[in-house]
Amino acid sequence: MEEVYIIGAGIHPFGRTDGRSGRDQGVFAVRQAMADAGIEWTDVGCAYGGSAAAGSADIMVNELGLTGLPFINVSNGCATGGSALASARNAIAAGEFDVALAVGFDKHPRGAFNAKPKDYGLPEWYGQTGMMLTTQFFALKIQRYMQLYGISRETLGRVAEKAFRNGVHADHAWRRSPVDLDTILNSTMVNDPLTKYMFCAPAEGAVALILASGKKVRELGADAVKIASVAVRTRPPGSFEVFAPSIDVDNGGKPTVLASRAAFEQAGIGPDDISVAQLQDTESGAEIMHMAENGFCEDGDQELWLREGRTEIGGKLPVNTDGGCLACGEPIGASGLRQVYENTVQLRGRGGGRQVPNAPKTAYSHVYGAPGLSGVAILER
Amino acid sequence: MTQTLEPIAANLWTNEADPALIGGQLPSGKFVFPYPSGDAAEGVEPVRLSRKGTLWSWTRQDFQPKEPYEGPDPFVPFLLGYVELPGEVIVETRIVVAVLEDLSLGMPMEFVVAPFDGARSTYAFRPEKA
Repeated sequence: MEEVYIIGAGIHPFGRTDGRSGRDQGVFAVRQAMADAGIEWTDVGCAYGGSAAAGSADIMVNELGLTGLPFINVSNGCATGGSALASARNAIAAGEFDVALAVGFDKHPRGAFNAKPKDYGLPEWYGQTGMMLTTQFFALKIQRYMQLYGISRETLGRVAEKAFRNGVHADHAWRRSPVDLDTILNSTMVNDPLTKYMFCAPAEGAVALILASGKKVRELGADAVKIASVAVRTRPPGSFEVFAPSIDVDNGGKPTVLASRAAFEQAGIGPDDISVAQLQDTESGAEIMHMAENGFCEDGDQELWLREGRTEIGGKLPVNTDGGCLACGEPIGASGLRQVYENTVQLRGRGGGRQVPNAPKTAYSHVYGAPGLSGVAILER
Repeated sequence: MTQTLEPIAANLWTNEADPALIGGQLPSGKFVFPYPSGDAAEGVEPVRLSRKGTLWSWTRQDFQPKEPYEGPDPFVPFLLGYVELPGEVIVETRIVVAVLEDLSLGMPMEFVVAPFDGARSTYAFRPEKA
């Protein structure tokens, strides 16, 4: 297997961009990534990309150029970006191409996602009675976790406070003003224990990554970051996922644990070797639980970690250095690739006001979504 | 009062004096709720689930959901959660006859049929009467 590198990273600012379609934001990100890599569209051998709500990616060839390249549409929910990355990487690792594109973009209507029962194979009453809401799932999962492992509401608040503080320094973030802990804790309750400021919002945005073989990296003299591993996994039996009218009494399996273990194994390193991490933070509770699910701490230790600031930019393991989903919003198709974009920025030492000190060498990203899937990528400098 | 209300869907709970949820038992022995429909029902035995269980998790719905939600207008916040029916399955359910502050992990809960709107009923659990 060929080693595979990221040589170019582009992003269209997240948030709301009226008058520009999701796909056009994708094209913007691709052009930026190509300029960063120092290549032309004619150099790209193959492409993988998609969105959840903004159409097919392959139509981008109209704007980017009709070079005849294979352009595969990826439609994998929250793992769309992760799956595009995994596929692009495999195409190069297999030796078929020297340069590949992974792109994700999206543009969602304002407000919480409203899912249709039929799309998920669920009966109509489940939606009619008001139980088919993603926000409820997140609240129900962290509520139980808080009771079992002694996590306080203040810790949930600290996660959001950190996100907004980090977002201030990220050009691509949507929310770029700090919000204090009291405001977060006392803002409108969405689903107890999660308040408005503890939730990310559906948004818009796009990310593109240019991947290349070692040969191409040397040829270009590129500022490259190695992809040590990528793993996407679906849920095991007994996992607790969104839109579940019932759960197995023998529960506890988690797709994140599977993806994380697979990614660490492929990379040949462990959680203690990671210098910076981007963990899915759809809401504050998710970041807390994903710290443990990805193997970075024991269940319950998050209370101490957050109080001591261990996940701050200057801490033991900086988490969500660009403010994560909480500060950037969640355009589903682009969100997972944003994490990899941010890790690429950090490993190249281009983070500016949010740069992790002491030249980080390894970076971890984790995306999670419905109906129970997880994607992990580990990058190395 | 609930007797005059129409169930929000057929075959969610039994029609008897002490009604209970209708679940399914898979050939593997595992329980599911609701009883599956279509091809997924093949080989699944309908079962009357336990009327009593313990609270597994909970939250309160504080904002009006978008459609397909069909609850009363103006919106009234409601409690919901998961109740573990021992040895069977953990079911998602509305929680009634309680306020948020009453709820705690593992508390005993019992099945009830509760009003959903002016015309329909749905299933729910309430803290078990002492």
